Amino acid sequence: MKTLIPILQFLIFPGFVFTAAAGLMASWIDRKLTARIQYRIGPPWYQPFADFVKLLGKETIIPAGGFRVLFLIAPLIGMAGVTLVSTLLWISILKASSGFAGDIIVAFYLLTLPALSLILAGFASANPLASVGASREMKMSLAYELPFILAIAVPVIKTGGALTIGGILKYQASCGAIAGSVSGAVALAVAVLCMQAKLGLVPFDISEAETELSGGPIIDYSGSPLAVFKLTKAMLLFTLPVFLVILFMGGIGLRGLPLLSGVLKYAALLVVIVLIKNTNPRLRIDQALRFFWGPVSAAAFLAVILALFGF
Amino acid sequence: MSLKKKALTKSIGVFHLSTGSCNNCDIEILDCLTPRHDVERFGITLVGSIKHADALLITGIVNKQCRPILKKLYDQMPKPGFVIAVGTCSAGRGIFRNTYIVDEDEPLDKVVPVDVYIPGCPPKPEAIIDGIVKLIDKFNTGKGEKK
Repeated sequence: MKTLIPILQFLIFPGFVFTAAAGLMASWIDRKLTARIQYRIGPPWYQPFADFVKLLGKETIIPAGGFRVLFLIAPLIGMAGVTLVSTLLWISILKASSGFAGDIIVAFYLLTLPALSLILAGFASANPLASVGASREMKMSLAYELPFILAIAVPVIKTGGALTIGGILKYQASCGAIAGSVSGAVALAVAVLCMQAKLGLVPFDISEAETELSGGPIIDYSGSPLAVFKLTKAMLLFTLPVFLVILFMGGIGLRGLPLLSGVLKYAALLVVIVLIKNTNPRLRIDQALRFFWGPVSAAAFLAVILALFGF
Repeated sequence: MSLKKKALTKSIGVFHLSTGSCNNCDIEILDCLTPRHDVERFGITLVGSIKHADALLITGIVNKQCRPILKKLYDQMPKPGFVIAVGTCSAGRGIFRNTYIVDEDEPLDKVVPVDVYIPGCPPKPEAIIDGIVKLIDKFNTGKGEKK
């Protein structure tokens, strides 16, 4: 029974089923809000679920000349990564002491798996557009990982070297949210930009580029593997903002007012994501690289230095 | 009706293919996505890759050069999928009938099985949406439009 509980946590709550349902609802909010911004009505609430079930029922075509095994395994790598991150985050929210030393580093590494799965998928499908998309995805992950890890370093420095998610939550429960300090606010802004790039949304949807690469790495995917990719993206849309809420905004409570404020914090981040997405054109890959290695990295370094001096 | 069928009719990804059209129908198709008509209400979206599509939407006369491409694209579409022909040209070649650019022995429905024709030059966005509704009815009942 003791060994069964982590497996159930991974598969049902707070792992796969919970994250998938919440992520699909988040992606509906994204689509509906986008539609309202454009003066449209937008899809009904069950639309992401209908899309997912539809894709499960479709034929899976494996491209001739593609690497069959990798083509089918690649989407699962990304989904497993996101599910694990979400499980790690939520068991710490449910019980702050249930994490392990260094789980924040594990979460950071696992969050690179969706990008890795896209790169593998692009190269496994033997399609020139997919290869271009995969190489762009690779450059993007080189671009945003540096400022992202610097932004994550700020809460760790602030708490005096707590490398557990539970430790950061405990510190914020007693000393107030990290985003309340100068360094925390700068780091949060940097992290929001990196999150936009990690989600692959406009202005950083350079690897998917619907209008020029028509899907990029996932151009040759159809049926169930495509459904898994879409689900991974929806789950990321839930997991990444929750990660930032935990690191910078004091986490999510379990009942009453803290729960409500936690949900509101998540919703605020989601609205920021959708607004950035709807008010910006897509950047070129060189512009995005310059942006992340230039001003964003500089701001992240500044935040780290400020945090070291206690601001 | 099975869940699979229901989900398919609630979420149609459309791949738009012009086989020698004059761009008029293509503009009317984009009109369907504008705030006034907004087909995303019904879960209909335009997709960039034929592998992501559930419906192949054809405009134009299917001229000699486009025919092999059309056949190839239809074969690449993951099944089950629909074929929608928009405009008078794809239905009966319109004013391009008996010209040298089309092969009279190979009309559209001999290249790919067409599920619904939406005539008009160009058809109004309302007519296109009506055509999709009739297509979904046909798919659900397995025969013609519900009386």
